[in-house]
Amino acid sequence: MAQAAKSSSPPDTLVSLTNAGVSRGEHWLVRGVSLSVNAGEIVTLIGPNGSGKSTSVKMALGIMAPNEGTATRSKGLRVGYVPQKLAIDWTLPLTVSRFMSLTGPVEGADADAALTETGIAHLAGSELRNLSGGEFQRAMLARAILRKPDLLVLDEPVQGVDFSGEIALYELVSKIRDRLGCGILMVSHDLHIVMAATDKVICLNGHVCCEGTPHAVAEDPAYRQLFGERAGTLAVYQHHHDHTHLPDGRVRHADGTITDDCHPGDGHHAHHEPDAHEEEHDHA
Amino acid sequence: MLDGFFLRALVAGIGVAAIAGPLGCFIVWRRLAYFGDTLSHAALLGVALGLLMEVNITLSVFAVAGLVALALMVLQRRASLSADALLGLLAHSSLAIGIVCLAFMTWVRMDLMGLLFGDILAVSKTDIAIIYAGGAAVLVVLALIWKPLFAGTVSRELAQAEGLNPGRADLVFMLLLSGTIAIAMKIVGVLLITALMLIPAAAARRFAATPEHMAVLAALAGVLSVIAGLFGSLEWDTPSGPSIVVAAMALFLLGLAPLPAIQRNR
Repeated sequence: MAQAAKSSSPPDTLVSLTNAGVSRGEHWLVRGVSLSVNAGEIVTLIGPNGSGKSTSVKMALGIMAPNEGTATRSKGLRVGYVPQKLAIDWTLPLTVSRFMSLTGPVEGADADAALTETGIAHLAGSELRNLSGGEFQRAMLARAILRKPDLLVLDEPVQGVDFSGEIALYELVSKIRDRLGCGILMVSHDLHIVMAATDKVICLNGHVCCEGTPHAVAEDPAYRQLFGERAGTLAVYQHHHDHTHLPDGRVRHADGTITDDCHPGDGHHAHHEPDAHEEEHDHA
Repeated sequence: MLDGFFLRALVAGIGVAAIAGPLGCFIVWRRLAYFGDTLSHAALLGVALGLLMEVNITLSVFAVAGLVALALMVLQRRASLSADALLGLLAHSSLAIGIVCLAFMTWVRMDLMGLLFGDILAVSKTDIAIIYAGGAAVLVVLALIWKPLFAGTVSRELAQAEGLNPGRADLVFMLLLSGTIAIAMKIVGVLLITALMLIPAAAARRFAATPEHMAVLAALAGVLSVIAGLFGSLEWDTPSGPSIVVAAMALFLLGLAPLPAIQRNR
């Protein structure tokens, strides 16, 4: 299925999913996901818990093989990955500086620079498991950018980070994108607020519900009041869904029909004309 | 007091401990203690099959332990039984089958105690050669797969996403574990091999700053345990395997003693 997609990718596409899905038994974790990340582009995945954001990221990274559709990565792609969670056991003596060279050799000076950039240079000698949530995220980010990746993949990088820390991390991520020119695929924990630098937002709920570009918060006085001076880092994504996910897991489509499942090609979607049927969705 | 057999046991035991320590670190880090137990219990089945088919015992133990390791890897991926129950089932049934098989072979006189708990009297020069040649090979291969294996220990997905092959490293590690069990069996016995890997590694943890540091310290702690245990075994006429494990345990407890200077750094 969808094998033809391989040849249609433009040369600067780092990674692309074409109608990709992962099933476990009868159940689809996620289905019909199509997305691509180009060099220098920031793509943000949003969606409720269990909507398949991490699964989609894992397909893109090759950690999970799609059961349907294809996942294509450009040849020799260098990936920096910040996973959603990392449990460091007490038995594992792992300092921040040793963690930097986990998947490849690094120069000491480069490691220092990456730790300085993420603001945790003073923690180089600390054990990883003793870091706080925010410090840990920064250590993981430092390790990922140290690889000078073509593609940086961040799975909920701001979890466990307070609001000002979140803004600082987003500022850092867009700075890194500008400096390295890498593509960034990010999963956001928030359904509506994303990084302002995001080029494309994809909303998942077992499939791609909608996609589009976010609106800068700074332009909206109400949000500016809410987020303060640094609101320029954040943006609001307005969802345009043509269907509603009902509490029992079924899906009501814009044409009034109710189906058990929801994936493109079932005849109920109008993804190519997002303005055709707009319906307020109830994910949150 | 250093009779020939004792010196041989000492040399062999030191060799075994030097391999067991670094491998034991991964057993501790990855919580594979029960897994290691299962493989070493399967070693007894390997002994029985080796005697039955008249092939080299070390080879047959390696083969059976390796097969059990592979079977476990496959079963764990797609079994309805929990990993814990699966390990218990395989560990004890392979031990039982091994002992039953040995009992059927009336023409073989086998010292079961020696198999289970180790026998320093049984160490030959050939055994020493096997331990050092096999052990060197195990350590070289471990060094080669260290990066993907360790990265996969920290996070399998991270390692895979960044282009390493943790699955292959896991497979090789299982074979190294099987090989180590095969060559360590004579010294500590099948029931206590995991202890020789696990306890020195646990003792080393508190004093280690990096994983590599911990591997070296675990090897040293193992060597110390072997020396202390074997001298004790000779002195009090106790079986070699348990004596070594008791010594390792004593070393571990000693390591727990309060050392303010070290504690401040951790």
